Amino acid sequence: MTGRAGSHPVTNGATSAMTTLAREMKASYAFVERNFFLTKRYWGWEVGWLIYALAGALSITLIGQDQGDQRLLISLLIGAVFWNYVSIVFSFIAETVAWERWEGTLEYTFMAPIRRYTQLVGSTLYAVIYGLIHTGFVLLVLVLFFGLDLSRADFLTAAIFTLLGSLSLVGIGMMAAILPLLYVERGAQMTFVLQSLLLLFSGVYFRIEILPHWMQVVSAFSPGTYLLDGVRRGLMDGTPVTSLIHDVWPLLVMAIVLIPVGVWTFGRAERYAKRTGKLKRVG
Amino acid sequence: MPALLVDHVTKRFQTGRKKKPVIAINDVSLRIERGEVYGVLGANGGGKSTLIRLVSTLLTLDTGRVEVFGYDIERDEMSVKRIINRVSVDAAFFKKLSPAENLLYAARLYGLDAGSARQEAVRILSRLGIKESRLSRPLEQMSRGMQQKVAIARSILTSPTLLLLDEPTTGLDPRSKLDVQTFVEELRDSHDATIVLTTHDLVEAERLCDRIGILNDGRLIVEGTADELKELVAQDHDQEPTLQAVFMTYTGRSLDDDVEEDGAADDE
Ligand SMILES: Nc1ncnc2c1ncn2[C@@H]1O[C@H](COP(=O)(O)OP(=O)(O)OP(=O)(O)O)[C@@H](O)[C@H]1O
Ligand SMILES: [Mg+2]
Repeated sequence: MTGRAGSHPVTNGATSAMTTLAREMKASYAFVERNFFLTKRYWGWEVGWLIYALAGALSITLIGQDQGDQRLLISLLIGAVFWNYVSIVFSFIAETVAWERWEGTLEYTFMAPIRRYTQLVGSTLYAVIYGLIHTGFVLLVLVLFFGLDLSRADFLTAAIFTLLGSLSLVGIGMMAAILPLLYVERGAQMTFVLQSLLLLFSGVYFRIEILPHWMQVVSAFSPGTYLLDGVRRGLMDGTPVTSLIHDVWPLLVMAIVLIPVGVWTFGRAERYAKRTGKLKRVG
Repeated sequence: MPALLVDHVTKRFQTGRKKKPVIAINDVSLRIERGEVYGVLGANGGGKSTLIRLVSTLLTLDTGRVEVFGYDIERDEMSVKRIINRVSVDAAFFKKLSPAENLLYAARLYGLDAGSARQEAVRILSRLGIKESRLSRPLEQMSRGMQQKVAIARSILTSPTLLLLDEPTTGLDPRSKLDVQTFVEELRDSHDATIVLTTHDLVEAERLCDRIGILNDGRLIVEGTADELKELVAQDHDQEPTLQAVFMTYTGRSLDDDVEEDGAADDE
């Protein structure tokens, strides 16, 4: 067809794939920037949130202090910091969808000529960056508070596991985002259910081995299990990544599976919402 | 090739498990040519917004087919999205953010360059009577009418060739209304835009629309130019030749029906 309004130049497959990719990358930046504006506008709340996170992590870690067990203390500290990270990434992803639904802008986002993964990657990328900064700060304060000596720690190991584990968390976060997409009033809060399951099955505050057998089987499917194991070994024992391959590959596999599954499920939910008219707020 | 082709489209909503579905759009067909301003009139609940949402790809079709400049909205969804935009009754924005931030977000989604998008936004908004100095204050500080103007700017920013305006002037004061109406005329004349407009303002419909269709209970009852419709009620229904008479004649029962449907679960 020719002579059509808004027609686009004909390009060969490879170039057009490249331009598509470039366009989508640019578009996903729209979400990063917008969320940054939102964070900026609410900086007062951010401070409050930070205090909440610090108080929570500190309380848990003090149990280790109370027991006079340095290893337990560090282990709890890592658990508390991880838990903070998961909460932030999840609630951010869920909240931005809930918010868009609430303000009615979701209809405009869905009308835009972008692919769904662009939107999800953009929003989750921001959530991860924000979560890392937030959690990094909490970690720093805790280390200073307890005067921990981390000279033996392998930070590279911890960083690699955090990033690798984040990929899986992002995939799960995309699935969690379906709830606020479909249920604007309560959906975002229901993501807490998912978070609490991660808390229980990832060995955040205790060793997986103490769980009943069936729960250990479930734990094997939580990315948190491997993430925490890797980070703990890195920070507490100074174990290099190369000795932790058994923790690396499950995270890789989960990331490769969970991200596409997350995008796919979100797409299904979008389709469902468009069939049943659930995107509508007013008018 | 028509700008918009709607071909035997039906859309139902299931509102409860046991209830009969609401047929929001019932076997509607219409054809809008490039450069036309097409008005959709109808009582509350007539199906106007549903029709607009269907064309905007925000709802899926139950049956039928919609094409925008030859692109099928299901098969060529991306191409359609690139050339349409919409203004809804409510100005949907991140209200804590400023107009500039909201518009920048919209512009980026459409792959526009940030700098020129801002210039263009300033131009459009000043045309609509909003000063540049307001652009960086939170949107929640603006009145509803001003927010609506920013919403119009957002839709024009992406240079759509098919523009869907769902009650763009509802709730605006007479002057703002006039600003928006004049702007719509300008768009039609100078921007090669085809416009679908829903409104409850009959004077506005008569002024802006080349053709008007009336949706009642999801059915397209009549369509034609304002003059044709007026003539029709005068001849067939022995009414005064006004658009008011046209509206009253063709939208007779719809509001009552709406009330009944909510009350009784199975009233057939
Ligand atoms: N998302 C939805 N879920 C369920 N029913 C819906 C939905 N959207 C519309 N409807 C129903 O479809 C019918 C048409 O509604 P629509 O919003 O299209 O009317 P309208 O002509 O835009 O009315 P108004 O003039 O009040 O804006 C109504 O009966 C309405 O209740
Ligand atoms: Mg409506």
